Amino acid sequence: MTEFLRLLTSVLTITLQAGTSLTYATLGEIYTERSGILNLGLEGMMLMGAVTAFATTYYTDLPWLGVLVAIIVGAAMAAIHAFLSVTMRANQVVSGLSITLFGGGLASFLGQRLGPEAHSGRLAGLVAERFRPILIPFLSEVPVLGALFRQDILTYLMYLLIPLAWYYMYKTRNGLNLRAVGEAPRTADAMGIDVIKTRYLYTIFGGMLTGLGGAHLSLAYAPGWTENITGGRGWIVIALVIFSMWNPARAILGAILFGGINAVQFRLQTAGARIPASYLNMLPYLLTIVVLVVMTWWESLSHLVGAPAALGQAYMREDK
Amino acid sequence: MKQRAWIYISIVLVLALLMPACGPADDPEDDVLKAAFIYISPPGDLGWTYEHDRGRLFLEAQLGDQVQTTFIENIGEGPDASRVMRQYAQEGYDLVFATSFGYMDHMYEVAQEFPDVFFEHCSGFKTRDNMATYFGRMYQPRYLSGLVAGSMTENNHIGYVAAFPIPEVVRGINAFTLGVRKANPDAQVYVVWTSTWYDPVVEREAAVALLDGGADIIAQHQDTTEPQKAAQERGMLSIGYNSDMRGFVGDTVLTGPVWNWGVYYTDVAQDVLNDTWTSSQYWGSMTDGIVDLADFSPKVPQDVRDLVAAERALIVNGEWDVFCGPITDQAGNLAVAEGECMSDGDMLGIQFFVEGVVGNIQD
Repeated sequence: MTEFLRLLTSVLTITLQAGTSLTYATLGEIYTERSGILNLGLEGMMLMGAVTAFATTYYTDLPWLGVLVAIIVGAAMAAIHAFLSVTMRANQVVSGLSITLFGGGLASFLGQRLGPEAHSGRLAGLVAERFRPILIPFLSEVPVLGALFRQDILTYLMYLLIPLAWYYMYKTRNGLNLRAVGEAPRTADAMGIDVIKTRYLYTIFGGMLTGLGGAHLSLAYAPGWTENITGGRGWIVIALVIFSMWNPARAILGAILFGGINAVQFRLQTAGARIPASYLNMLPYLLTIVVLVVMTWWESLSHLVGAPAALGQAYMREDK
Repeated sequence: MKQRAWIYISIVLVLALLMPACGPADDPEDDVLKAAFIYISPPGDLGWTYEHDRGRLFLEAQLGDQVQTTFIENIGEGPDASRVMRQYAQEGYDLVFATSFGYMDHMYEVAQEFPDVFFEHCSGFKTRDNMATYFGRMYQPRYLSGLVAGSMTENNHIGYVAAFPIPEVVRGINAFTLGVRKANPDAQVYVVWTSTWYDPVVEREAAVALLDGGADIIAQHQDTTEPQKAAQERGMLSIGYNSDMRGFVGDTVLTGPVWNWGVYYTDVAQDVLNDTWTSSQYWGSMTDGIVDLADFSPKVPQDVRDLVAAERALIVNGEWDVFCGPITDQAGNLAVAEGECMSDGDMLGIQFFVEGVVGNIQD
């Protein structure tokens, strides 16, 4: 029994660690999409966040400065997307994809140039200061739930951010305005809400959280820079946003599900279970499809928790 | 008059089109051997592709002005691969190296279209008159690294992060385990499949799962250094792979089987320059130097080094090889009888685990 509890604790510990970067990016994308902007550039923004956070920390020994730089870089890249999709009213899918391609390429380029001369300019293989797990006395000793208190500072911050993000979206006037812009920009505009400003604001805010998610990868979870460190997690986030039905409070559930799959399947393998890994890897995607199907099927539910009605549509005042 | 003007214009245009095609013939650079390398991941992986790129640089250093090389990274094993190969062939490259198994069919197809270009494919089995394959007997240094792991584990519990259950990886796990059991008959090797060659985070998660399960040494068959880093953060030891990972991670990496592609790349380029290149299936051994064991970490005691040196001598002198009997399989049946050795064909298609491996191939 104690053996099982220990196993459960270790699985939960690594699940939360793995889920942190996913949760940050998911929260960011939920806010962006709630304003009616679809940003598919997450993968590129996370990579840029990861490489700049690591480079900054390597040269300054200040991981917090690294986090700050990643947030700024994420914001800057999201601002490009906002300019293209809000002001220029470009196709948001195309713009987002180009942000991913651009960010991925630039991050890999920087990873080969920002390093010290002695290391032929490469960042890969260098060691820098990082966020280590902080064990909270007493609480971290509790079986299973103690896993919650064996995390790094960015994960603790995530615990705070989730309820705040939920409260802001559903209990404040700004949150109401945000949702209104994503559902019916014309009506929101008539009510005196600045649609353009709102969309810029939350797209950039989403970029900040996405950059932060990237920083968690290179500064805490898998410390160091390795090319393509995200390994497609930016795309998983797109699915997670749907899975959480655009509700910040549910972001953590999806992130735990995705984050925990590997932790569970690798332990099942070491325990000798004969479940093919590919089945477990499919699970989160299958669940996302199930959520989509249920939402489409059950019309009323879709009105209640579905995608923002104006998601992906450019807004122009004079349009009929 | 108007018609004549058109004829002149046409002639000029046709000449303009032909000029660049004639150009290279007079180019003094034509004596230079132009070699192109196609990589599956970036050289910054510090593993598989890093080593191929080191081999490329070694080739440049050895042959100097006689050779000119280029490379392209992050090419998927799909239609992109054919496109890139075709492009190099059309640009006048004499020699193209493709450094991943999945490029095989693409190269096989493109090689037929360009009979004057020499193609070299790493780790495959299809050849043509102008397409050769090359690989190394990585199982030899893997066996030696197993000796180190078996000698140095304290709880007889060794973890192995593995990519895919294909013969190349299975062979490596078996060779490693044979080494482990030679040094320590009680030790066991726990295998976890990641289903990816290159995903830093997933490789790390697999290593952490093995460490949580009690492993005190982590070995791997992946493309990055993450399993080594994960072990180090837990205060545990590891065996590297591909490159000398001790340089990137630290002395907790005891040693590791490494590639030295440069030796082979130089030989091939020399053959092309001398017009002696022939198509073959090269499977180089530790004797050739294409594979070897990395330098030891200071943590490895002298008696272990002596054991490795003795076994190494047997292999290099050709007196014995890793897959010589008696070898017992996972279920306890005799797989290779005493006095017999597995043939190259059997080794290349190996699809069973030896005794001492915990895990199953179907995963």
